[in-house]
Amino acid sequence: MLEINGLRASVGDTEILKGIDLTVNAGEVHAVMGPNGSGKSTLAQVLAGHPAYQVTAGSVRYQGQDLLELEPEERAQAGVFLAFQYPVEIPGVTNAYFLRAAYNEIRKARGLEEVDSIDFLDLLEEKLKLVEWEPEIMSRAVNAGFSGGEKKRNEILQMAVLEPKLAILDETDSGLDIDALRIVAAGVNKLRRPENAAIVVTHYQRLLNYIVPDYVHVLSNGRIVKSGGKELALELEARGYEWLEDAVGAAS
Amino acid sequence: MTDTFVQEFEARAGTATADGPEWLEPVRRSAMERFARSGFPTARDEEWRFTPIGPIAQGSWRPATGVAGELGPEQLAPFNFGHPDWTTLVYVNGVFHEALSSVGRLPAGVRVAGLAEMLGSDGALLGRHLTRHAPVEESPFTALNTAFLREGGVVHVGAGVDLEMPVHLLYVTTVEGAGTVAHPRNLIVVERGARASVIESYVSLASGRIYWTNPVSEVAVAAGAWLEHTRIQRESESAFHVGLTQVDQERDSHYRSFSFAMGAALARHNLHVRLNDENIESLMYGLYLTRGEQVADNHTAIYHDQPNCRSWEVYKGILDGRSRAVFNGKVFVKPEAQKTDAKQTNRNLLLSDGARVDTKPQLEIFADDVKCTHGATVGRLDDLARFYARSRGLPAAAAERLLTYAFAAEVVDEVALTPVREELDRLVFERLGSL
Repeated sequence: MLEINGLRASVGDTEILKGIDLTVNAGEVHAVMGPNGSGKSTLAQVLAGHPAYQVTAGSVRYQGQDLLELEPEERAQAGVFLAFQYPVEIPGVTNAYFLRAAYNEIRKARGLEEVDSIDFLDLLEEKLKLVEWEPEIMSRAVNAGFSGGEKKRNEILQMAVLEPKLAILDETDSGLDIDALRIVAAGVNKLRRPENAAIVVTHYQRLLNYIVPDYVHVLSNGRIVKSGGKELALELEARGYEWLEDAVGAAS
Repeated sequence: MTDTFVQEFEARAGTATADGPEWLEPVRRSAMERFARSGFPTARDEEWRFTPIGPIAQGSWRPATGVAGELGPEQLAPFNFGHPDWTTLVYVNGVFHEALSSVGRLPAGVRVAGLAEMLGSDGALLGRHLTRHAPVEESPFTALNTAFLREGGVVHVGAGVDLEMPVHLLYVTTVEGAGTVAHPRNLIVVERGARASVIESYVSLASGRIYWTNPVSEVAVAAGAWLEHTRIQRESESAFHVGLTQVDQERDSHYRSFSFAMGAALARHNLHVRLNDENIESLMYGLYLTRGEQVADNHTAIYHDQPNCRSWEVYKGILDGRSRAVFNGKVFVKPEAQKTDAKQTNRNLLLSDGARVDTKPQLEIFADDVKCTHGATVGRLDDLARFYARSRGLPAAAAERLLTYAFAAEVVDEVALTPVREELDRLVFERLGSL
């Protein structure tokens, strides 16, 4: 589904990704872990097309397409979804309006008919249950005045409605209490399908107790320094990141 | 041009158009003299520094004299918020149009009538309020309006009455109004403990025509009264509009203003609110949308004269093309006005490189135990918000439109009256669609 080769990316003069190779197949969940500043959030944002980053080398193929050639909205329409680490507040636009606009744009791009607000409400009802939310949340402005947990839950709700093929969760666990974490993780798990894939970016192993990954990759200083199965996350939890960084430092 | 107005004034004096209570004629005359002395303001006047009124001062304006042609309710339908049932006074080219107006059923204790009619009948109400709130010294434009005061709307809500349905004062200029000046004068008096919603609209069926509207509204909100006052300015984009709203509030009253401006080549609106007693609340919201070469100028002044009052002001602007906006927000807090809570915000969104904003908060605080804040911003759409919307599938143009709409909606949401709020919402959306 996704094939990243030698990906390098910078912000301004600072290179953050220094050659990433990663293949994600349909049905798989990959965890990308690493210390602060390792480039894991950058990787997530580059895949979604964040304009602040320049890709300087490498390629990303997504379902046979050159992902880097696509505008952010084209990526979304093609089924890529980024759950933001810091979801943006949009005062003045209701959650319902925003999400229906997004949903309809994606349908339009796929040659499907747009849905009206009544049909959309029906669809929402079921999705709201996934994140254990009452419909009232939809008449509030997008993320405006939401708590940290509510914002993350809203990202998962958007994901549930937009039904991406490739979901990228950028530190969705940060700032969540245990209840919110459980709800968010349950939402993600219910959306797991053999034809979909997910990349879960996280600093802590905690989230991976709930969203069990097939593969774990450790990012350090813009490179994947170690890959393994889900047991790697437990090892990181026990030993921290230093031993990996030391090992890499010694090797180079 | 000043002379032309004086000659016109003299020609009218002593004729039927100069009717009204006895005390009024000297007031008109002194207003005329005030204008004749000062003439139009110039760029040297601090209050008018950023307001290019040259085309008004140099223009040659005929008095607006109503409509000769046919005009039916269907032409006014776009302006009535889908509510032909609301009490509506219609003025066409500056003159009250009885056939198009509808007063409907009003609760006992409420009077809604054209000023020209009231001038001949109700001396007491006018004597108490007319010209008592808006001083002619305030500006040459107010002086001119007062000198030619005759047409306008009077809304009087008696003590304790809840005016359940809004009253709409609708000023329409048609193609026949090209080249004219009108001086609408409104008086809104909400007595003790009464409750009302009043809308003033200045609209055009004369797209591209040049004319000048010079309205003054005097508003008195008595003790414990509640008033929502919505002002909608949708003049022709070639027209000129210079208006004053002067508000006096008494103890425990609540005044909520929304000033919406999207028309006129040059639009100036002064909103002055005086908080004359304790425990008063004043909310002032504004939204201006400009494009092309339009200039939108809002001057607000809030006078905190007494303790324990709260004023809250949010004006927002969206500017495109080579348009300009001016915002000047004065807050005066007298030494005795302790525990004043005043907040003023002016936020501007620039959609083009050619647009410009001059924004100036002006706080003069002479009390020490107060909470007064102000903030002004001029900026562009947030890149991160744009990326967020695009990452959800919205194309760049749609994302920008949505975020621009959101910027406006945040203040439009403050209009309490649902049909009016929805109409403003629609107007914003329509305008953004054409950007």
